[in-house]
Amino acid sequence: MLSIDSVEKGVVIDHIKAGTAMRIYQYLNLDALDCSVAIIKNAKSVKLGKKDIIKIEDRIDLDLNVLGYMDPDATVNIIEDGRITSKLKLSLPDKLINVIRCKNPRCITSVEQEIIQMFKLWDREKKSYRCVYCEQENN
Amino acid sequence: MRHVIEPTDMSVDEIDQLIAIAEDIERGPNDYANRCEGRILASLFYEPSTRTRLSFESAMISLGGSVIGFSSADTSSAAKGESVADTIRAISCYADICAIRHSKEGAALVAAAYSRIPVINAGDGGHEHPTQTYTDLLTIHSVKKSLCGLTVGLCGDLKFGRTVHSLIKALSLYRDNEFVLVSPDELQVPEYITGILKDRGCLFERTSDLESCISRLDILYMTRVQRERFFNEADYVRLKDSYILNMSKLAKAKDSLAVLHPLPRVNEIAVEVDNDPRAKYFSQVQYGKYIRMALIMKLLEDRNGGGAC
Ligand SMILES: [Zn+2]
Repeated sequence: MLSIDSVEKGVVIDHIKAGTAMRIYQYLNLDALDCSVAIIKNAKSVKLGKKDIIKIEDRIDLDLNVLGYMDPDATVNIIEDGRITSKLKLSLPDKLINVIRCKNPRCITSVEQEIIQMFKLWDREKKSYRCVYCEQENN
Repeated sequence: MRHVIEPTDMSVDEIDQLIAIAEDIERGPNDYANRCEGRILASLFYEPSTRTRLSFESAMISLGGSVIGFSSADTSSAAKGESVADTIRAISCYADICAIRHSKEGAALVAAAYSRIPVINAGDGGHEHPTQTYTDLLTIHSVKKSLCGLTVGLCGDLKFGRTVHSLIKALSLYRDNEFVLVSPDELQVPEYITGILKDRGCLFERTSDLESCISRLDILYMTRVQRERFFNEADYVRLKDSYILNMSKLAKAKDSLAVLHPLPRVNEIAVEVDNDPRAKYFSQVQYGKYIRMALIMKLLEDRNGGGAC
């Protein structure tokens, strides 16, 4: 049974921008996990006012690129024996492979579904990515 | 092995080299008649473009090579649902180099990812068309003997016209060029293009009046202003004549002006201009073939690690 407050062994994604935990849950495919996963919405935060938290009761490998893309300001805490053994810092990845899909109807990826979806970071400040095939911005 | 998917896939030095070779071809095409003997160009035109296809095919044949391919998606395996990736894998076994045209943006990049032969993008939707840019550069160089120190007017639809964006990007890499961007307010060049000009320290100005600036220009690059780009018919009717080049506007221009157009022309250049010595748009067709000859040779040579192709 997962306790909301403490995780014995697992991963806690903290400081998630309030309201985005469900999207992160989906993008990281957390519903495919067998272990307990808790999503805490609108927790109080000194830094952010409000934040979301995701607690995963298992030591899984997260796709940090996907997480970095979803919320580069979130923090990832690895928990062993009930205490944090490492904190991982996230950043916007330079490349996104099969994370988001190009929405441009004129793009080759719109007709050939098996092509790898690939985006390159275009503007770090605006968090904008461009499809490598058609160069359309994704926002 | 090299591919040319966008104009910047060739460096400025390499483009200069291509221009030098193309000008040598112009002087003595016979010297090049056997340079690609025994070589095969696959021309994969998923979207019909007779003008571009014939230019590539004529270029390869003039180098002594041969051509295979298709001229529209209905006559190709694409009609049966084969992907670009699978088609290019097969074509790599039959040909030494390929030119691909496709209605979807990024198709040439996909082809390059799966190809074992050099891929030249012959147009992918409204996206990139590098040999058009090289053709424009060769035409300007042939007429002006230089790509530096020019006042270049670009007129018409500067917002959606990719050929214009590519040409501005390419010319801004050469010294002391100044740009006069002539368009209706609705169809001005996108910010990222003026951003590049600022970054590279190029002078430019925006105007909506061709007549007032034509006397200063060394090059005038005309493009079409399409009816469907306007929000309403009234604006189109009001504005369209300002962006049509005719003899009365041309009368104010320098004798040394060169008028270019990516073709096909509809009505943005009056037919009366065609016989003026400043009209260079029909010579662009010839230059287009020479620059494609130079590019095919270069890519085949690179692939062989030097030596004749
Ligand atoms: Zn795309």
